[in-house]
Amino acid sequence: MPRVKVARKSTATDMTAMCDVAFLLLTFFILSAKPKTQDPVHAEVPASTSIITLPENDFSTILVAQGKTFFSVEGAEIRMETLKGMADQYKIQFTPDEIKAFANVETVGVPVNYLKTYLDMSSKERSQVAQNGVQVDTTDNNELFWWVKNARKADIAVHNKELRIAIKGDSKEEYPTIAKIITTLQKQKVNKFGLITSLRTVTK
Amino acid sequence: MAELDTSGGGKKGGGKVRTKKQSTRVDLTAMVDLAFLLITFFILTTTLQKPKAMDLVMPDKDPLKDVRLPVPESRTMTVLLGTKNQVEWFIGAPPDHLVAGPTKDNFGKNGIRKSLLEEGAKIKASSGKEMIVLIKPSNKSTYADMVSIMDELNIVGNQERAIVPITALDISLLTRDGLN
Repeated sequence: MPRVKVARKSTATDMTAMCDVAFLLLTFFILSAKPKTQDPVHAEVPASTSIITLPENDFSTILVAQGKTFFSVEGAEIRMETLKGMADQYKIQFTPDEIKAFANVETVGVPVNYLKTYLDMSSKERSQVAQNGVQVDTTDNNELFWWVKNARKADIAVHNKELRIAIKGDSKEEYPTIAKIITTLQKQKVNKFGLITSLRTVTK
Repeated sequence: MAELDTSGGGKKGGGKVRTKKQSTRVDLTAMVDLAFLLITFFILTTTLQKPKAMDLVMPDKDPLKDVRLPVPESRTMTVLLGTKNQVEWFIGAPPDHLVAGPTKDNFGKNGIRKSLLEEGAKIKASSGKEMIVLIKPSNKSTYADMVSIMDELNIVGNQERAIVPITALDISLLTRDGLN
């Protein structure tokens, strides 16, 4: 009696469907991708139950951590326009190359008088520069004040919209540092701004 | 895995020479591998969850015109933010016109939130208006405290609030209770 042979089936599977799905997901991720921006200092943002999402355009962030303040604004065009405003303010001449370089600078954390040297560096050298933050105090003439002011002007010039400002502060940051920034903003009548928080669920 | 169908061709007997019919099946394994690798890369490098923000509205500080409104002490709750995430609150104006407090409290559902709800309800019952909350962060308080107290006020639904500078009297209160 002959043995019943089990037919050997091929282990090859049809990959077409899997490939389709994989590429569909890939397309989705590429299109929705917004690269992570590397902050010069890490800020552990406090949690709150607020669910307002931040806008992606016409938006500026003031990062506060370890007693240092950093300024950043979204959009290459607005950045370039802001730098032109700062150049007028501090009487510094920037070459077109430097202005172009500034469009790629995500966060400003160097004093204005050092900015020209900073922009002349290659991006690799730039990442090695120790950034001590934008100068901010309670006087009318601090650098953060002018950064914010020029960014607001730039946003109105480019997009004709009012710039939204948010503070991204570290939880452990002492209140006086935050108070200085709030005073700076209030000096130019920015009385409404956002505080970036992480999401927390309400404990009932 | 890699398969190429070669069964379709070959000479069978005489007759015409047929061109080999090649299979159109391509091995997709490598392509799928690559796609998933890229997916992983994009997942890891993107920020999927957009950051959330809480709106903070500060009172207008115009040096030229003073727009301060007188507020009744009896429906004003002052919350002092002290060190180590502790708070102290009172209603009225110390030292002579205190309605309630000063009471030490902390953040959490049984802490300041309970006090805010209870006192808010009392004031609403007696005056028919919402309680006004003044937040005075001391120099020892952290940014997280400020966000927490604003959040608690959002949770209890209080809209009448303001962050104001701390006074020497408030600091002495905090020092007395060991919160400074």
